[in-house]
Amino acid sequence: MDSSPRAFKANARAAVKDPQLKRALAHVKVGFIGKRAKAVARLPEFDALRDAARDIKVHTLDHLDLYLERYEERMTAQGGQVHWCPSAADARAAVLDICRRVGAKTVTKGKSMISEEIDLNQHLEANGITPVETDLGEYIVQLRGERPSHIIAPAVHLTKDLIEADFRAHHRHLPPERSLEEPRELVEEARGILRERFLAADVGITGANFLVAETGSSIIVTNEGNGDLTLALPRVHIVIASLEKVVPTLEDATTILRVLARSATGQEFSTYTTVSTGPRRAGDVDGPEEYHVILLDNGRSEMLAGPFRDALRCIRCGACMNHCPVYHAIGGHAYGWVYPGPIGAVLTPGLIGIEEAGDLPNASTFCGRCEAVCPVRIPLPKMMRHWREREFERHLTPRAVRAGLGLWTFLASRPELYHRVTGLAARLLATLAGRKGRLRSLPLAGGWTGVRDLPAPQGRTFHALWAERNRSTGP
Amino acid sequence: MSAGRDAIMGSLRRALKRGAEEADAGARQAVDRRLDEFPRGPQPARAQIPPAAQVDLFEAMAVEQAATVARIASLDQVPAAVADYLKAANLAPKLRLAPSPELENLPWDGQPMIEVETGRAEGRDQVSLTGAVAGIAETGTLLLASGPEAPTTLNFLPDNHVVVLKASQVVGAYEDGWDRLRETYGRGHLPRTVNFITGPSRTADIEQTIQLGAHGPRRLHILLVEDTESGNGPRDGG
Repeated sequence: MDSSPRAFKANARAAVKDPQLKRALAHVKVGFIGKRAKAVARLPEFDALRDAARDIKVHTLDHLDLYLERYEERMTAQGGQVHWCPSAADARAAVLDICRRVGAKTVTKGKSMISEEIDLNQHLEANGITPVETDLGEYIVQLRGERPSHIIAPAVHLTKDLIEADFRAHHRHLPPERSLEEPRELVEEARGILRERFLAADVGITGANFLVAETGSSIIVTNEGNGDLTLALPRVHIVIASLEKVVPTLEDATTILRVLARSATGQEFSTYTTVSTGPRRAGDVDGPEEYHVILLDNGRSEMLAGPFRDALRCIRCGACMNHCPVYHAIGGHAYGWVYPGPIGAVLTPGLIGIEEAGDLPNASTFCGRCEAVCPVRIPLPKMMRHWREREFERHLTPRAVRAGLGLWTFLASRPELYHRVTGLAARLLATLAGRKGRLRSLPLAGGWTGVRDLPAPQGRTFHALWAERNRSTGP
Repeated sequence: MSAGRDAIMGSLRRALKRGAEEADAGARQAVDRRLDEFPRGPQPARAQIPPAAQVDLFEAMAVEQAATVARIASLDQVPAAVADYLKAANLAPKLRLAPSPELENLPWDGQPMIEVETGRAEGRDQVSLTGAVAGIAETGTLLLASGPEAPTTLNFLPDNHVVVLKASQVVGAYEDGWDRLRETYGRGHLPRTVNFITGPSRTADIEQTIQLGAHGPRRLHILLVEDTESGNGPRDGG
């Protein structure tokens, strides 16, 4: 699969025909949706918390410069160091500089989508440093040389037989006759292998769910405990975070935490929520001696200026993709970049350009479930519509679509003509469809009828029915 | 400070249409106020209950997240309760103890079978024993803070994490836990690491089936010391 949003259509076509992917994605539908619904039902305050979480994010984005200043001030006072990085290249260079200065050979990593965004692993490897992903899903994906296909469940596109095959291929020092059929056995094997890596690492890199201006802290949320071993054992802890992760206070982070796990995995609270503030203190017998935060912009300050500011509220729970019929059908890799699903369809064009990612905001049925479940109420469908408008304005929309829209505009602005043409079309299609009421193929609509029948109109238009209804029920 | 900082700050200020210092005074005030007042968001009613009920809720929620809880009448009973746990879990009688006087001074000589070492966790330790700052009733969550007497590695490296929590440390909401930390460390200050821990380590990365013991402890055992009036001695079914 080509990993570029330009290949979206080809990727999506291949994905829907992949039976293994279909089996794996079935877990998304039953698992995530049911668990979230249960957790939400148990907390009467859930919707009030969503409103509060949205308000916190809106307030913070409106004052982002000031909160970042405060954050840096507090963080530096606790002995940490902020590295301001306008671009992905700046962030890669900053991480590599630290690793080189401390003579790092291996680096353990907690889960971080920003790391994917800046292609950090490739950069470290090219410079002779071995990055080891320690989140189980990330570890599996790293073994396979793939990207995560989901922001909180990186290996959700895989079934356990594939993971077993990867473990057998890579863990060659273990007895080949061992049993790896049960998920428990796979988890156990990864635990054993990664334990050694945790203890040997020179630098630990984690992401951040939040940066807290009040205390200069970074917060991560995990279930496995890998992030904690990553940040507690090595001599240096590097956090990579983007600008919009900052929140004002610990209370604000708490409000958002109350909706985060419930929206993501349906848990009441994640197993581990960990707050890091600076390096180890005088008298501490463990913890890192250095604490660095890589603060990445990479297009976000520009998004802040325009109609896509609200997308920066995202807290990366994954609920929008868990509830998306398009994601259910094609999985995350087809999107071709770091963030899949509805939030990816909005963020990707913002971060790498609509010219690169124009297909993504078009890959939506506008069913609206993403917005309905978003814990910070991002109007995702509206934003996808914004992107479509931009595409149209910039003449990026395919010629056939533009011609179609032009024709429709011509008709729709002439009601008499519109009624006559649509009435004729409805009757014609109904006649062609015959008694089945469905069309198996239709000129100019091959994109639709190539994979499914087109339900035909029943012969009357809405306007005609409405007029008749008014006549029969009128005064 | 750096070219990167100037570039990002310039871009943010343009995006937010910042003007002269004076015009931005209102924005600065709003920021100062929020940091100064740290207002709470909506508080779940489930944890706004009397202290004894909070302790029960804490226990029920922790058990739901696959922690085990044993109620004991006093701190002095911790060594015996640890011995019971090690026996029941069929573990070697060895323990890595947090270097805190309150835990070190417990009557460990009453359990001569248990080999007790203090300090940070090493790679081979099987069982650790630590204290806690608070227990959050809302979700059965433990709040731990690092320091010379509380190394963070004890919470993550050993297979078994045993935590001593006093009933008087149980609070309703996470925010009550922050307030306790503010009392200890001062406003705007936190120790190097603060851990909220809810049950033992787990993963659902393989086909969405939950497996316990991913990288952190496989088992989390809480010794709940009933040091308040509402908790007179161990109860049945604790």
